[in-house]
Amino acid sequence: MASRNTASVSSRKTGSKSIDEFAPGAIVEFDRDQELKAYREMLLIRRFEEKAGQLYGMGFIGGFCHLYIGQEAVVVGMQLALKEGDQVITGYRDHGHMLACGMSARGVMAELTGRRGGLSKGKGGSMHMFSKEKNFYGGHGIVGAQVSLGTGLAFANAYRQNDNVSLAYFGDGAANQGQVYESFNMAALWKLPVIYIIENNRYAMGTSVARASAGVDFSQRGTAIGIPGLQVDGMDVRAVKAAADAAVAHCRDGKGPIILEMQTYRYRGHSMSDPAKYRSKDEVQKMRSEHDPIEQVKARLLEKGWASEDELKAIDKDVRDIVADSADFAQADPEPDVSELYTDILL
Amino acid sequence: MPVEILMPALSPTMEEGTLSKWLKNEGDKVTSGDVIAEIETDKATMEVEAVDEGVIGKLLVAAGTENVKVNTPIALLLQDGESADAAAAPKADADTPAAAADSTGGKAREAAAETPVAAKVPAAPKVDVAADPDIPAGTEMVPTTVREALRDAMAEEMRRDPDVFVMGEEVAEYQGAYKITQGLLQEFGDRRVVDTPITEHGFAGVGVGAAMAGLKPIVEFMTFNFAMQAIDQIINSAAKTLYMSGGQMGAPIVFRGPNGAAARVGAQHSQDYAAWYSQIPGLKVIQPYTAADAKGLLKAAIRDPNPIIFLENEILYGQTFDVPKLDDFVLPIGKARIHRPGKDVTIVSWGIGMTYVVKALAELEKDGIDAEVIDLRTIRPMDLPAVIESVKKTGRLVTVEEGFPQSSVGDFIANRVQQEAFDYLDAPVITIAGKDVPMPYAANLEKLALPNVGEVVQAVKAVCYK
Repeated sequence: MASRNTASVSSRKTGSKSIDEFAPGAIVEFDRDQELKAYREMLLIRRFEEKAGQLYGMGFIGGFCHLYIGQEAVVVGMQLALKEGDQVITGYRDHGHMLACGMSARGVMAELTGRRGGLSKGKGGSMHMFSKEKNFYGGHGIVGAQVSLGTGLAFANAYRQNDNVSLAYFGDGAANQGQVYESFNMAALWKLPVIYIIENNRYAMGTSVARASAGVDFSQRGTAIGIPGLQVDGMDVRAVKAAADAAVAHCRDGKGPIILEMQTYRYRGHSMSDPAKYRSKDEVQKMRSEHDPIEQVKARLLEKGWASEDELKAIDKDVRDIVADSADFAQADPEPDVSELYTDILL
Repeated sequence: MPVEILMPALSPTMEEGTLSKWLKNEGDKVTSGDVIAEIETDKATMEVEAVDEGVIGKLLVAAGTENVKVNTPIALLLQDGESADAAAAPKADADTPAAAADSTGGKAREAAAETPVAAKVPAAPKVDVAADPDIPAGTEMVPTTVREALRDAMAEEMRRDPDVFVMGEEVAEYQGAYKITQGLLQEFGDRRVVDTPITEHGFAGVGVGAAMAGLKPIVEFMTFNFAMQAIDQIINSAAKTLYMSGGQMGAPIVFRGPNGAAARVGAQHSQDYAAWYSQIPGLKVIQPYTAADAKGLLKAAIRDPNPIIFLENEILYGQTFDVPKLDDFVLPIGKARIHRPGKDVTIVSWGIGMTYVVKALAELEKDGIDAEVIDLRTIRPMDLPAVIESVKKTGRLVTVEEGFPQSSVGDFIANRVQQEAFDYLDAPVITIAGKDVPMPYAANLEKLALPNVGEVVQAVKAVCYK
């Protein structure tokens, strides 16, 4: 199996450099369009999540609701490196990934409120949304399960001998699950085109990395079986894009899996009901004021004269309108028809 | 218009809380994300963040107020150019988001709690299952072992559909731990017959992921006992995704392998999982007895777009049955087979349980008891109509399985029969199962732990009052 996969995929060499030549701290300089795109996409996630938090507080959204605020640069930077056909799968903190994959704000928000216009007709909820059209494979509520599933998506790409790459996102908490290493092993053994993106936001629910992980360099979690890894400033969308470019090229060249440890931070609690007493306010404030992924882009845009305050305000208004529209829709849309209780169980 | 800041719900169950502290005063400028207040819930003290920019115009609820209901306006946030004077007392009419929340989700839930639920729940849809295909007169019947039948089914389906592949431990070069995949590697190559490391949880997940991407994996477990390591992927990922995705994405996958007790392998290698998997909506569960059923149903399972649990049995692998020689012999999933028609008593079994029933039949005939034997073949969806119809005719029912007795498949059947055919029953239903013990190793104890032919005969006589 391994030899066949390697042969088939490597026939489409991208001519990229080896991952060993990737310089730590590397960034790619964005042009104006890229900066503006990144700004807009990250802002959409930020505003969407703020609105989701608000609707949760008002009782429109029930159950669990895990916000992505602070981590926006990770998924937005990764998406900039993909092509049509590449697949994305993640865990329960998934709203940002869905928006970045191009799934509609209305569809996501209406799923959060459990309405019929939601992406899963209201039957999935915050942690369980999918889009075949956008190659988004969920939205998984069981910590670590998406790593094996994402490896399976890569298996399918290798089986079909196409050059698509699968992106499996998980957190520093999931990185300690057993099936993650079972999957690493199979992916390395069969040289599957999968990028494992560990979003290290420093806390697995309320347990800090230092209290849960004997080894805290997550980029090295595949070292024993030869999976290369990069540690990336996940608050800088340019650093994310640089690592993403290298990782995607590595996979498309048939060199097998790669791990990207994204060092990031979530501003909010683990879920809406988490008072986040396990970290200091100063720590959160420092990240917000010094490393905010959106503010970084904004500062560059202004500094380089690529956008005026007014132009950025216009983007902000545009994004707020999208989010407000999604919230209006998600509140006005009816709940699923009762007949939906028994549909979609078997085909 | 000033923005009302509402008392937020900060957990799935919170209805009210204490506004313990204001961290901003009237006139303070806030931006999105600023902490403005602390709220005590029954679980924790939580911070409330501003979700918009503006100036705090008015604090409507004083610090220290207890029992503030969720969605009560607690402050007003002024936007550019607004003054605190303009921010009059908040309206609490139907236009406010708080009231709107009540009139939709909130109210729906209350209504559901107040009225008898049964009246509102739509009935589960009834699904008609086709009968077995007719086998043309003169069709050659070929004596075949269950092992060969399973292999033939996989090979035929792999020839038919290039998306079908088999993966598992020792399925390729070793030719299968129980030789079920014998010859497949030679015919289909290592792209489609994939040896995995010993990592059930991981490769079950890889299989489900490949299925979500549209391939049709056959995942072999060396035994279903090892699938307990993988059961999360089977149930949470394979069985539930179609529903959770609103029908967008499912997993066309077959999990197969030997299930239940073999011989003298002890407690960890002897469990029957029929009852476990049969509980899960989103799965189909098949447990064949004969080689013909094994072949026809495995072919159907591979073609089925749903996740399937296909429970085999090591002791049955070597047993020989007639299999019709047809180009494409596919049986319907969810249809029971009348193994022997009769009028005095209904015996329902499946899989290896059938071996006890078949042996008991000879003795029962001696005693003049004409038993109708139903081989369920599929545990889920279950052909209950076939069972009910038979019980209405015979008035008596015995079920036979090897699994544990509590919450067994037989218990479910007995329950449904008493609900749907109570007036037809002439005797209590007897459910024969394995004993309520982990499987012992010692030969004598193992024999005692499993059902036996004598128990079947005795139970049938008991319900016949003979």
